[in-house]
Amino acid sequence: MTEIQAGPGAAASAAPGSQQTPAIELDNVVKEYTSHGEVVRAVKGVSLAITEGEFFSLLGPSGCGKTTSMRMIAGFEDPTQGVVRLHGQDVTSVAPNKRDVNMVFQSYALFPHMSVWENVAFGLKRKKVESAEIQRRVGEILEVVDLTGREKRRPREMSGGQQQRVALARALVNRPRALLLDEPLGALDLKLRQAMQIELKRIQRDVGITFVYVTHDQGEALTMSDRIAVMNDGLVDQLAAPREIYERPATKFVAGFIGTSNLLSGSVDKVNGSTAVLALGPSDRILAPVEESVSVGETLELTVRPEKITISTGQPEGDLSVVQGTVSEVVYLGTSNSYAVVLADGAEITVFQQNAHDSTITAERGDTVWLSWQPQHSYVLR
Amino acid sequence: MNRGLFRGRGLQIYTWLVIAWLVVPIAVMILFGFNDTRGRFNTTWQGFTFKWYGQLFEIGDLTQALVNSLLIAVLTMVIAGVLGSLIGLALGRYRFRGAALLTLVMFAAISCAEIVMGASLHSLFITLGVPEGFPTIVVAHVMFSISFVAVTVRARVMTLDTSLEEAARDLGANTWETFRLVTLPMIFPGVLAGSMLAFALSIDDFVITNFTAGSTVTFPLWIWGVTRVGIPPQVNVMGTLIFAGGLLIAVGNIIAARRRRA
Repeated sequence: MTEIQAGPGAAASAAPGSQQTPAIELDNVVKEYTSHGEVVRAVKGVSLAITEGEFFSLLGPSGCGKTTSMRMIAGFEDPTQGVVRLHGQDVTSVAPNKRDVNMVFQSYALFPHMSVWENVAFGLKRKKVESAEIQRRVGEILEVVDLTGREKRRPREMSGGQQQRVALARALVNRPRALLLDEPLGALDLKLRQAMQIELKRIQRDVGITFVYVTHDQGEALTMSDRIAVMNDGLVDQLAAPREIYERPATKFVAGFIGTSNLLSGSVDKVNGSTAVLALGPSDRILAPVEESVSVGETLELTVRPEKITISTGQPEGDLSVVQGTVSEVVYLGTSNSYAVVLADGAEITVFQQNAHDSTITAERGDTVWLSWQPQHSYVLR
Repeated sequence: MNRGLFRGRGLQIYTWLVIAWLVVPIAVMILFGFNDTRGRFNTTWQGFTFKWYGQLFEIGDLTQALVNSLLIAVLTMVIAGVLGSLIGLALGRYRFRGAALLTLVMFAAISCAEIVMGASLHSLFITLGVPEGFPTIVVAHVMFSISFVAVTVRARVMTLDTSLEEAARDLGANTWETFRLVTLPMIFPGVLAGSMLAFALSIDDFVITNFTAGSTVTFPLWIWGVTRVGIPPQVNVMGTLIFAGGLLIAVGNIIAARRRRA
């Protein structure tokens, strides 16, 4: 594999979060459309700063404004309000062909009347790079994406995965300050998608360019990203590292969108220092760490991940959150079992149990069981 | 319905009859270009000859008429091709005030009876005091063929993925480069088809030409003029050559399409 040189300033060593001018900044950006006489607010005030060399994901369901936000970075949409900055420079009203970022389109948007080589060389030719240099750089980047020898092919003669890599090469060959990827793996089948996730991450490490990745696939975002902005209804709900987003979801929406999570609510019975005790049913108690001053009687909403919960037929001992319920469903998933347990108040709790030692089922449908988890795994939602 | 009849030989016979029906008039035209006719009327077979091919341009008026027709057709092809493509591009790509009206006007022009259009163009030119002749024929031909080009190009534009143009912009192409390097090559088959349609519509137009020609004579007008005194075999030869030209283009297109697919 050839290591290709990144654009000026795109030092691969730049650690995310270090104090320097962000590669990309959205400053309170709003985008409104008029559709059939009605004003639609696609983006309702997004501010974020993407660090040089970072793999940054915009994650959210369709219609959350993630693609619109990316298109404003690329210059295809003009923000109704707010400022877009690239490396500290205000580019809000700069045309897309004058911005030092390149985009990989969801449909790849390869030029069908050009060969692979011509597609990849397109950007360099527009910049009037001399032809020997174009030859060299196109050759290098095709090696990076493992397409050497396919220069003369037409895009339609290639598989989806190969087309995807041509699109990537066509953008990367320009050595942009940042690469924008709009659901680039959406059209590929599962196996290829997983292989490309690893491939993309490798290429990003090799070239050291800032990647901004738009996806609705939480698995993809968690696997590849340094940081994720979870978007919902035109706003950023949470901006953090994947682990933080998974373990400590900031809002109910994030908790529900990322992975499976169980939502519980109850009123505070008593507060022991930094731990609140919530009462649910007669023999239930939930322990949750609380930071703010929580008063007795207040209702709290919290979330617990299914893999943190232990299922047992006897009442567990110790300083744990404990609830009792009835098994309503048992699903064998190969590496784990999944139980659906209905609590006294009607809430349904999902529990994953690893098949680490044997694949015996702890409980059958209709059994009364105890669920328990460590207090720190209760995560109180705002 | 007798299914057996249509399944077996019946269908074959029917197919050949349809083909014959389409081909026989053309075959007769070609054949009588080789007729060694002696009278004024080229309607009975009198023996085989190549002499009309040798004397193709002996009739000065006919030659001039053919030259006029070819010139008008080429001009129409270019002007209607360019302007019609721009209309098609606008309609296929953008939403703008008046787009629906423009579409309506275009289809009205396509469906309007030629005799009505010809008559109204004639009175328009007279009212405006424009002397009729070669330029007015070109104006009229561009006018009635431009809609065909626009409709053909629009259909092509609508299949175009807009992200292709965005990709070109993203890679540093300005508006003109984007059009020249991406949009135009992508819509070119539509532009070519529309332009050739304009050529074909123009070269054999009689009705509208007759109303707008003034004293200029085109190939169809000349033939119409001599019908009563007898059509000379040169007309058959010219017709054969025009037909052969069209056939060559069609065959060439099929071969090119096969190569592209292979």
